[in-house]
Amino acid sequence: MPVKGWIEVDDMHCKGCALCVSACPQDVIALNMDRLTPKGYHPAHLIDEGCTGCAVCAIICPDAAITVFREVPVHSKKAPESA
Amino acid sequence: MTAPAKPEVKVVFQRPESFTDLTTHYCPGCTHGVAHRLIAEVIDEMGLREKTIGVAPVGCSVFAYKYFNMDFVEAPHGRAPAMATGIKRVLPQNTVFTYQGDGDLASIGMAEIMHAAARGENITVIFINNAIYGMTGGQMAPTTLPGMTTTSSPFGRDVELTGFPIRMSEMLATMDGTGYIVRRSLHDVKNIRKAKKALFMAFETQERGLGFSMVELLSSCPTNWKIDPSKSLEFIAERMVPVFPLDDFKVNPELTKKRA
Ligand SMILES: Cc1ncc(C[n+]2csc(CCOP(=O)(O)OP(=O)(O)O)c2C)c(N)n1
Ligand code: SF4
Ligand code: SF4
Repeated sequence: MPVKGWIEVDDMHCKGCALCVSACPQDVIALNMDRLTPKGYHPAHLIDEGCTGCAVCAIICPDAAITVFREVPVHSKKAPESA
Repeated sequence: MTAPAKPEVKVVFQRPESFTDLTTHYCPGCTHGVAHRLIAEVIDEMGLREKTIGVAPVGCSVFAYKYFNMDFVEAPHGRAPAMATGIKRVLPQNTVFTYQGDGDLASIGMAEIMHAAARGENITVIFINNAIYGMTGGQMAPTTLPGMTTTSSPFGRDVELTGFPIRMSEMLATMDGTGYIVRRSLHDVKNIRKAKKALFMAFETQERGLGFSMVELLSSCPTNWKIDPSKSLEFIAERMVPVFPLDDFKVNPELTKKRA
């Protein structure tokens, strides 16, 4: 079973630069054109299943706006390496 | 039969502790933010936050002191290495770093950086090379690429008239007082990871008292380059890296040995 991850994008910090959109290896991020942040940007959001929690988006993000989570099965002996 | 255990949730990535909650004033997609975050992460991971004193420059990063959750002072334009020298000499137990743009470090502050390196001051310099003066509206910097259009070279930098880009890392590495001088880039995840490792080494150089350390980071300025953030990263890779090669120019051999 593929690793399940997800991201949370902080509205206060995201400036809609879209660097995460082009960096995501799973192609599951887009700018949300239906919403504006309080600062007036279209924020990044997940658009599909398939996030693996690889944190590539968070590493390229110039505003530390992305928090990345990953499910860790309790039975596995070794937790997946962090990014 | 027992129900399968619920998977635990692990936080893989979050804002570093050494950051305040403030949103930066940087333009969307500007890699000044990436450089800030890497410094904060490294300071967190090395456990240096309580004793670190940063020196902010004049340039777009003039407000850097607001974004780091640690002690900071603000230097006059180009003078950050001089201020860092004073602070480090008075407080040698503290970790002192400057954060400077290419206008700040390689133009108005050329004398201060050269002499700080020549004296072998035990400070760390983070040098943001975006080949332009960002804050003041995109004028030509000493690092502007030949042919590159800026507001003060609207027909492209003419090397006959204005000379060639200065390679600071190569030049500083010739100084005997330096312990660690490298150039890295922020244009993709692989290079960002390498940049972070270099920052570790630079702070380690200072912690071990091995002299002046500097990490030059090739950085973007989407606003004044007038290129979108993503294409700006391509500009770094395709146009800047050939002029500013990514390399280690000085590594004190002590650094590659394991600590006793
Ligand atoms: C003594 C002095 N001279 C000139 C200026 C105007 N000035 C402000 S920022 C800057 C250059 C900034 O460029 P850089 O250091 O490359 O930083 P960036 O904004 O690109 O990050 C200049 C010339 C000043 N503030 N003080
Ligand atoms: S954590 Fe990785 S897979 Fe998930 S959204 Fe970010 S870049 Fe894409
Ligand atoms: S002007 Fe350039 S260097 Fe300054 S914040 Fe904007 S993009 Fe970054």
